[in-house]
Amino acid sequence: MNARLFPLAATIAIFLVAYAICYAQFPAMLSTRVVGNLLTDNAFLGIAAVGMTFVILSGGIDLSIGSVIAFSGVFIAVLLRDTGLDPLPVFVMLLVITTLFGAAMGAVIYFLEMPPFIVTLAGMFLARGMAYVLSIDSVPIAHETYDALQSLYWLMPGKGRLTFIGGLMLVVFLAGILVAHRTRFGTNVYALGGGVQTARLMGVPVARTTILIYALSGFLAGLSGIVFSLYTSAGYSLATVGVELDAIAAVVIGGTLLTGGSGFVAGTFFGVLIMGLIQTYVIFDGTLSSWWTKIAIGLLLLAFIVLQKGLVVLTERRQSAARTG
Amino acid sequence: MNLVPESPPLLRAEHLSKSFPGTKALDDVGFALRASEVHALLGENGAGKSTLIKCLTGAYRRDAGDILLDGRSIDPKDTLHAQRLGIGTVYQEVNLLPNLTVAENLFLGHQPMRFGLISPRRMNADAEALLAQYGLAIDPARQLDSYSVAVQQVVAIARAVSLSGKVLILDEPTASLDQHEVQMLFGVIRGLKARGLGIIFISHFLDQVFAISDRITVLRNGRLVGTEPTANIDRLKLINMMLGRELAEETRKTGRVAPARTDTAKFRFEGMGKRGRIAPFDLDVHAGEVVGMAGLLGSGRTETAELLFGVSGHDGGEARKDGRPVRLASPRDAVAAGFGFLPEDRKSHGIISELSVRENIVLALQARLGWMKRISSRRQMAMADDFIRRLDIRTSDAEKPVGQLSGGNQQKVMLARWLATNPEFLILDEPTRGIDVGAHAEIIRLIEELCAGGMSLLVISSELDELVVYSNRVVVVRDRTHVAELVGENVTAERMVQAIAAPEKASAYAASSETVS
Repeated sequence: MNARLFPLAATIAIFLVAYAICYAQFPAMLSTRVVGNLLTDNAFLGIAAVGMTFVILSGGIDLSIGSVIAFSGVFIAVLLRDTGLDPLPVFVMLLVITTLFGAAMGAVIYFLEMPPFIVTLAGMFLARGMAYVLSIDSVPIAHETYDALQSLYWLMPGKGRLTFIGGLMLVVFLAGILVAHRTRFGTNVYALGGGVQTARLMGVPVARTTILIYALSGFLAGLSGIVFSLYTSAGYSLATVGVELDAIAAVVIGGTLLTGGSGFVAGTFFGVLIMGLIQTYVIFDGTLSSWWTKIAIGLLLLAFIVLQKGLVVLTERRQSAARTG
Repeated sequence: MNLVPESPPLLRAEHLSKSFPGTKALDDVGFALRASEVHALLGENGAGKSTLIKCLTGAYRRDAGDILLDGRSIDPKDTLHAQRLGIGTVYQEVNLLPNLTVAENLFLGHQPMRFGLISPRRMNADAEALLAQYGLAIDPARQLDSYSVAVQQVVAIARAVSLSGKVLILDEPTASLDQHEVQMLFGVIRGLKARGLGIIFISHFLDQVFAISDRITVLRNGRLVGTEPTANIDRLKLINMMLGRELAEETRKTGRVAPARTDTAKFRFEGMGKRGRIAPFDLDVHAGEVVGMAGLLGSGRTETAELLFGVSGHDGGEARKDGRPVRLASPRDAVAAGFGFLPEDRKSHGIISELSVRENIVLALQARLGWMKRISSRRQMAMADDFIRRLDIRTSDAEKPVGQLSGGNQQKVMLARWLATNPEFLILDEPTRGIDVGAHAEIIRLIEELCAGGMSLLVISSELDELVVYSNRVVVVRDRTHVAELVGENVTAERMVQAIAAPEKASAYAASSETVS
């Protein structure tokens, strides 16, 4: 098997095994209701994680997305409360803002040659601060469009509901897969992850690609913020603290190399599902503290890092064998 | 030969010059490449090969001169621009992305599109067809790094040719290939030659140069030595061109004929060797003696130095100092035994350009004392000032970052660093490379001074006349083996060239994959 596909296969295998274990203990977990909830509950995380996948594939990191999601919620809630605007133009305004915010971070990273870690850390504080400026309190959202979007669902066989936001996440993942593998931008993202210097020598537009990557991440963080506001019917500046770390965890558990250049958007999908599944298991069990979710995710992350390191060592050994053999 | 003599060259460089602070890397060099020609470009490190290539491919902007492609003057702004004009380059370290597939590497930036999306099926089919022209039947949908370096090399050539298509520059393409892979690559090169491309071939393997090239151009110290049809030249003449006598008049003296020493040597190395790097050799170095080391690039000179300094470790043999065995398993051991080593590539091995002159000088002594015994800042200043004066280091003050000094002065700072530790045996690898003529003479004077002070030195140099000036004895290295030791009257440039030029034998050491020193 192609070594590149191995981490993805491992992720899918772990998901299936985990699901089988859950099913053995709680047969009720094998129902479209649980699947529907899994998608709905993790929709905002999944959408943000798609953006994070592109960032990490290019060898970067985006720490700002949790704050951007919170900012988005507050922005929408305050605008709907204080102006008479319809949600749709507010959504468009928000997405323009978060996309430009991401693009600006990408531009700083490229033109000032700053590490993405620091630049997006600054972005994280900035977005969180802007959310506080708009409102310190949790602002409820009440609007008929929200009610309509929230009650929109497709009834799956078995009475599970595929909600609007769950479906939106699936669409974003499909689009992400298409962009990653079937566009020049996608190939350029992988190229940056393989080596910026080489990519530049091969004619990859490094500046444009870097800015686009962070713009895409900003756009998806904004979209994730919209989804989160639909999910919670409120905007709160203290919400979604640390979601960027959950997204990074989902990407890594999904088999993407943290150093960039190797991984799949589809892997991130299963990474998100695995994390959601652990959460669901904890809820089904009822006696476990919810901190067990974090512990399980921590152990999984560790396992994947070891697996990736092992694969890298294996590839190097095979290559040196090919050279001397 | 079968070309009409006045057929205009494909690529021509005229009066090309390029300077860097402290050195003239290219000095009025002319070069002409014909279509359907493999043109070898030879010269030792620092001869100006890579500067010439970088000027041709736009990586450097030339200071003066003209570059003509198909008779039209060109001024490539960067390598991508040069590629669009028709000049493609493939380097020793394959400049492709190992994490992408073969097809993605071939078509990066030019992927075949269908309905606005990349069509992987068409891309893979195109890649297969393209690689078939090079006799390569591989699955282009697999990741590039799942294939050998030789295959990657051919993929890089295929990409370069498909994007440029007139001139192909191969910079040390065979350095990490085995014999069979070299033959495969030569097949590819001959195929491209038949298609009318002009190919510039850079290699330090002379037998490969003789096997594949039509003409040879030799550069030395940034100047053109000459261009000759390969058929009219033999190894002896070629090596004379590469290493021949051009030393500036001021340093040119007759060699001193030292009497053969009969006393026991201070440093004795017996049967020292390392598989795949250098064949076992014996070497004696007396106190107050300079042993020179001559050989071509990649012959095992640097490997010998690194072995003696414990960088690479050794498989067998033993080292003795004053009759007592010493351990040389690591540079730490070597420093403890009183050894010092000034490596060839001071930029990547040794000089820390952000640190000041003073800090660089104190570094080795501090390491030797251990970090607990800090040298007082007053003593550091005194030491730095002392060496700046003694070695005539040109710097505004001791706190200036070393990176801002010229090459010759950086070299002196490195030397000062070792002298501060009072070494008994100092190894210098190409101490005069890349520095201007004046500094050149000073370094030679310093070597003679140190030797007069009782220090033992091993000096590696491509400047044969320079070796004649200061060496008591000269060891000649070829194919990773110490092949000759010249003593007394025999220490002449002619004898060295003869020893280097003896036909290359297929030694076990030469066949293994080599790295350029």
